[in-house]
Amino acid sequence: MKPATVVIVGAGPAGVRAAETLVAAGVRPVLIDEAARAGGQIYRQPPEGAGFVRTKSELYGFEAGKADALHGAMVRIAGKIDYRPRTLVWAVGRNTLDTLRDGQQESVPFTHLLIASGATDRILPFSGWTRPGVYSLGAAQIALKSQGCAIGARVVFAGTGPLLYLVAYQYAKAGARVEAVLDTNAFSRQAAATPKLLKSPSTFGKGLYYVSWLIAHGVRIERGVTLLAAEGERAVSGVRFGRGGKEHSIACDAIGFGYGLRAETQLADLAGCAFRFDALNRAWLPERDIAGRTSVPNIYLAGDGAGIAGADAAELAGRRAALALLEDTGHRVPAGAAALEKKLADIARFRAGLEQAFALPADCTAAWPDDMTVCRCEEVDAGTLRRCIRNGEAREINRLKALTRVGMGRCQGRMCGAAAAELLSAETGRPVSDVGRLRGQAPVKPVPISLAFTAGDDAPLASPDDSDE
Amino acid sequence: MNSAERLDFDVIVAGGGLVGSSTALMLARRGLKVGLFERRYCGAQASGVNYGGVRTQGRPVEQLPLAIRARALWSRLPELVDTDGELVVSGHLRLGRSDADMAALEAYARVANPFGLGLRVTGGAAFRERYPWLGAAAFGGSLCPTDGHANPRIVSPAFARAARAAGADIREQTAVTGLRHDGSRFVVSAQHDSGARIDARSTWLVNAAGAWGNTIAGQFGETAPIEPIYPNMLVTEPLPRFIEHNLGVYGGGVYARQVTRGNVVIGGGRGTGDGEYAQPLTDTTRRVMRVACELLPALREALVIRTWTGVEGRTPDDNPIIGASTTTPNLLHAFGFSGGGFLLAPGVGDVLAEIIATGETHTPLDAFGIGRFLAASATTFATTPDTTTTHPSTESHE
Repeated sequence: MKPATVVIVGAGPAGVRAAETLVAAGVRPVLIDEAARAGGQIYRQPPEGAGFVRTKSELYGFEAGKADALHGAMVRIAGKIDYRPRTLVWAVGRNTLDTLRDGQQESVPFTHLLIASGATDRILPFSGWTRPGVYSLGAAQIALKSQGCAIGARVVFAGTGPLLYLVAYQYAKAGARVEAVLDTNAFSRQAAATPKLLKSPSTFGKGLYYVSWLIAHGVRIERGVTLLAAEGERAVSGVRFGRGGKEHSIACDAIGFGYGLRAETQLADLAGCAFRFDALNRAWLPERDIAGRTSVPNIYLAGDGAGIAGADAAELAGRRAALALLEDTGHRVPAGAAALEKKLADIARFRAGLEQAFALPADCTAAWPDDMTVCRCEEVDAGTLRRCIRNGEAREINRLKALTRVGMGRCQGRMCGAAAAELLSAETGRPVSDVGRLRGQAPVKPVPISLAFTAGDDAPLASPDDSDE
Repeated sequence: MNSAERLDFDVIVAGGGLVGSSTALMLARRGLKVGLFERRYCGAQASGVNYGGVRTQGRPVEQLPLAIRARALWSRLPELVDTDGELVVSGHLRLGRSDADMAALEAYARVANPFGLGLRVTGGAAFRERYPWLGAAAFGGSLCPTDGHANPRIVSPAFARAARAAGADIREQTAVTGLRHDGSRFVVSAQHDSGARIDARSTWLVNAAGAWGNTIAGQFGETAPIEPIYPNMLVTEPLPRFIEHNLGVYGGGVYARQVTRGNVVIGGGRGTGDGEYAQPLTDTTRRVMRVACELLPALREALVIRTWTGVEGRTPDDNPIIGASTTTPNLLHAFGFSGGGFLLAPGVGDVLAEIIATGETHTPLDAFGIGRFLAASATTFATTPDTTTTHPSTESHE
């Protein structure tokens, strides 16, 4: 068999554990990561040598041990992999990745590709969400973890999901003033989900701890709210929300919000992987088997990029996918696949509870004012989308995109796609699974034209053609 | 299983691209009973994802009468389809990059201007002064002031919508599954994605199936040597306005326009595909980036936000197939536009409707008959444009 060229995209928990497993079997993978240092979003490290002094326990709290272990694993394999930090994979060809590093283009060939692309915040818009001072929960956490700064002096955190309470706790712990935590889900929903959440008692316990700590430290927690508006002129001066049939306002100078996480699936899309609608994630996800094999031979998935399951599951899935890859490339496969699969199944049951406790408030679309921006890249508001849908012009998401530009801009729907789909679903009275999936196109993130002037990448345009104008 | 829905039309149009939709619209406006079957969504294939050039300049002379007729309809979009389609009459500037190119542009102007294109060729210092935003690679250019560009995503679905409003029976997600002529009328079977079946009859059949035109033509014993092509496109983030005209280059390779919002749309070269689905190629994208920067240096630091392509049918002579079948009465073909169909399509619909309603047209179509290929098609091409007869990689500038 021809020697495999293995490329892993993403140096978070899934990617690092996959690389470690491959190294142990004698494979030297290429490990590509957008960040300057390994760890992914959850175990993100501050910039090296820049004088950041917060300890791992200050940075990662209960997860300090896991963060330290993952960072340590990366240090141990550093000499045995081709590690490419600060590198964006912007396109996937049949056997090649196009990458951008320091403004330079490089094509990276692969025979086997393991995508561990992670997740971003799942965003649903609310009035004023594009005002300066409004951040996603993930961005608020990155500011703290990576740069040691807060998004504001008086912060409100809003939305739903485990990250909501965790970020509020981390901010308060770091000395920021948290004015309130606004959860769009009712307490009763979270109580009802408790039996499933107890599948992972330690994780559940940590969640309880954050909430108790916040309450003990006098942080206001409101549940069952409807986010109405980020208020202010040039910047945020307060948040308005509804609860129990009344409107309330809280003054603040920054808002961090989000509704759980969204799998970053664009690379799998460009690689041609088949997708299916996943009811738990309420999103289209690339198909994969328990081992991480996709519908495309020699392409594997692991971690939150294939469906949200959290950091612990990502480590397990990274190891499991690496075992599958070893098996498929004719290597001796170490034992342990069955144990990994069992642990992954346990976590999946816990995830079902989390989604029940922190469900997306998909019914909020009816309250969106017509002048609220849904797609900030292309500046498309809710009224434009509604008119297009109500005129009968679009019943499918790519059609809505073609006619209104929603999801057509810089982020290609990574931020607004879920909102557009929920609105289309509500307006047409069909389940969100029936309104289609936004197709991705390269580049997955904007790239400068100047990358085409990278030395050595200067083949001329071959046969000219004047007929396509 | 429910029985098939029975429908009866004067004309059935196969394919809901811009050609099919404009044909349906023009027929409905003339009072004919029209049915249109589109297996996906109207205007969602090449008609909806092409570059968007509304360009008469640079076309072969035999296309110019049709192009002029089509161009006149573009000026009537608000009246015809209730939107301006973001048409900008920016002029089309065709650039020359050598003295030989400039001579060729002059020669083309002499041939084309009698048709009313109004081309003006300039070069040298005056040109440089007039166009400071063009790079040194541009020696000069030929400007067609009445050309421009429009938004395909808006225009193509709008024609289908207008056709429906005018009374045409437009069926999307409805694939033609069977076709024959029973000696007096066409018998067309179709099926909606839901499984619902249609059994339709018509006096006329218009084959507007684009890259898939041979699947219809083949049912009637004639095919054209069409190969699928995948024009490679990219678009930048919005930039300050600086590109005044729709830009092309003599000899080809790259074309660019800047939309009102500021994004620069750049086409050139080929993506890849299997005849059914297509993908841009990053090798092509990067080469086109370089060529574009030679002509438009200000693009160099711009961010590209998206690339795309579509499936288009190309003939060996780059002329479309328009006109009567050689085997079957009342069958009209209009496909294989070879990357140049966006401007022509409304005119093609107008001409086909004229032929069906009056039996003749004064717009010459002689160069576009399917008969010109029949000797070749009998030996080299299968009845469907499947991948075994085509080699997309040869089109991709490898």
